[in-house]
Amino acid sequence: MSADTTTATEVSTLARPRRSAKEWIARIALIIGMAAIVAYCVLPFYWMLVSSLRLPSMGRSTDFLPIPMSVENFSAVFAAQNNFGRALLNSVIVSTTTTILTLVLGILGSYALARLRFVFKGIVLAIIISTSMFPGVTLLIPLLKMFTGRYNWFPWSWMNTYQALILPSLSFALPLCVWNLTAFFRQLPVELEQAAMVDGCTPGQAFRKVILPLAAPGVFTTAIITFIAVWNEYLIALTFGQKTEMNTAAVAISKFTGVTGYDTPYGTIMAAGVIVTVPLVIVVLIFQRRIVAGLTAGGVK
Amino acid sequence: MKEPKPRRNALSDGQGRLAAILLSPTMVVLVVIVGIPLLLSLREAFFGIQEQVNPQTGRIARYEYFAGLENFTRIFSNPQNVIGNYGAIDRVVNAFLNTTFFTIICIAIETVLGVAMALVMSKAFRGRAFVRAGILIPWAIPTIVSAMMWNLIFNEAGVMNRLLDQHILWTADGPPLFWAVVIADVWKTAPFIGLLTLAGLQTIPAEVYEAAKVDGASAWQSFTRITLPMVKPALVVAVLFRTLDTMRMFDLPAGLGGFGKYSAETLSMLSFMEAREGRYGPAAAYSIILFLFIVLVSFLFVKFLGADVINDEEVSAIRAQRKRQRSLHRKSPNRKVRTTVTSGDMP
Repeated sequence: MSADTTTATEVSTLARPRRSAKEWIARIALIIGMAAIVAYCVLPFYWMLVSSLRLPSMGRSTDFLPIPMSVENFSAVFAAQNNFGRALLNSVIVSTTTTILTLVLGILGSYALARLRFVFKGIVLAIIISTSMFPGVTLLIPLLKMFTGRYNWFPWSWMNTYQALILPSLSFALPLCVWNLTAFFRQLPVELEQAAMVDGCTPGQAFRKVILPLAAPGVFTTAIITFIAVWNEYLIALTFGQKTEMNTAAVAISKFTGVTGYDTPYGTIMAAGVIVTVPLVIVVLIFQRRIVAGLTAGGVK
Repeated sequence: MKEPKPRRNALSDGQGRLAAILLSPTMVVLVVIVGIPLLLSLREAFFGIQEQVNPQTGRIARYEYFAGLENFTRIFSNPQNVIGNYGAIDRVVNAFLNTTFFTIICIAIETVLGVAMALVMSKAFRGRAFVRAGILIPWAIPTIVSAMMWNLIFNEAGVMNRLLDQHILWTADGPPLFWAVVIADVWKTAPFIGLLTLAGLQTIPAEVYEAAKVDGASAWQSFTRITLPMVKPALVVAVLFRTLDTMRMFDLPAGLGGFGKYSAETLSMLSFMEAREGRYGPAAAYSIILFLFIVLVSFLFVKFLGADVINDEEVSAIRAQRKRQRSLHRKSPNRKVRTTVTSGDMP
């Protein structure tokens, strides 16, 4: 073997980029930066988790580890006086119904917005986006008056009913859903439908048989985002679900009181917070790639 | 054969009817759920309630009367002074100032922090998914739960005081409560702005930076001359939505401090409390003030920062075309312009 051929080891050392001191500093700074971001986001949540795992008598302890560890707070959450099981059920009912309603309406509307050409598109888009910007409380005042039967033309008392929780939730869930879905439908190439129509599909069939299956991931992501938005909603639930058995989980948590009624049962509240949040966090972590795509495409909330 | 009717708008292409069918359910729901309540709220803002003895039953009854601008002018003619962060001023003005300062301070910090986070994440190759997972946690936590969580952290015997080695009464009525709300809000939403900005950053091709480097631009120069302008459209829209969200802030101060603490009372909270007491007139009036404030801010965003909220190619193409036509008309008013988007005049 002559001297001027490079050996395999030489090739590998040459292929490995040599890092200068400056590059090393940049790398380390980057790692520190990433760690700082994660710590910033996770530490308060960690505090909630730790506080929920303490003994109920140590609610405000500032130890960084829960010693001794206990799940008593979690069983206290479901004590009869809190009605938390019912509150969770209410949250599931309201969020699921609202999500399904908005999806059914939103899929039709956003397909038209993404694909069809019509005169008032700009105005319709502007109306939809501006409805999501309205302050919720502006809409709730007349609805509160309406549902408590103060208007003669609305003789029904809708306070503490599911429809009073679900219908006002549409006011923010529907624009959110339409906006996200429109972004998803726009990403699908229009040639797909054209090909289907050339093959003899009607526009309706092209939508049902070609677009909808392809948009399924987008619809699914939108469903998750809408569900989370409704699940986390507080103002509407607080206004219209005043009776304990019509509280949603978010409202129930904010109303937790201790047995004596004077000391705030922090451990129980944190445990309830963990119960409400952890399913969402798990779903979000599993589908993070899609959710990020959905959030950035929709750009709302 | 009948001559086809000339279309009023070349854009419609006969798809208007299908669009109307598909969109009408959504629009009907929005009119019923948003449009009508908004009009009713406007009406309520001009009515008041008077308590009088009903001559027939002898009981005290509530009567509605047209109050004109009374609900609005009361702020000046008959101020209910409270002491928050700004000395003794009317409660509505106090809530208005709180809303304004919450918005300005929170948004400023969130934007800077969010952009910084996005810059760090865009440089990373390994571990990006991990960081993204962490960043989604504050977003997924319900605001009211995060408010209770921060309430514990900011307890006078809580971990924040332990870390700072202070005895600040964060959750009592006073300036610390204001800052506690700011910290909690920034925690929840700065990562979110970071996420949206990161998406904008990733669309900037690496060649642009390389070219700048070849031309001898410093890191700071390429940040201010390349990164910021190119990420601006995405950032402005994200910041606009966050701004409007902060302006109607309710859950966080309500959960963190509780109701009736003037140093963190927002217009939404004040309006909600009035409505709960059955004083719909003042409640509606305050919510209308908030509504107009939000409309004004969105207008400023669109006008001066060029926030393209709608982000629809076709709509922006039509808008650009109208602009061109108008400027052509100004130059030669007699010249007829015959270009449409459908005739291939896309920008």
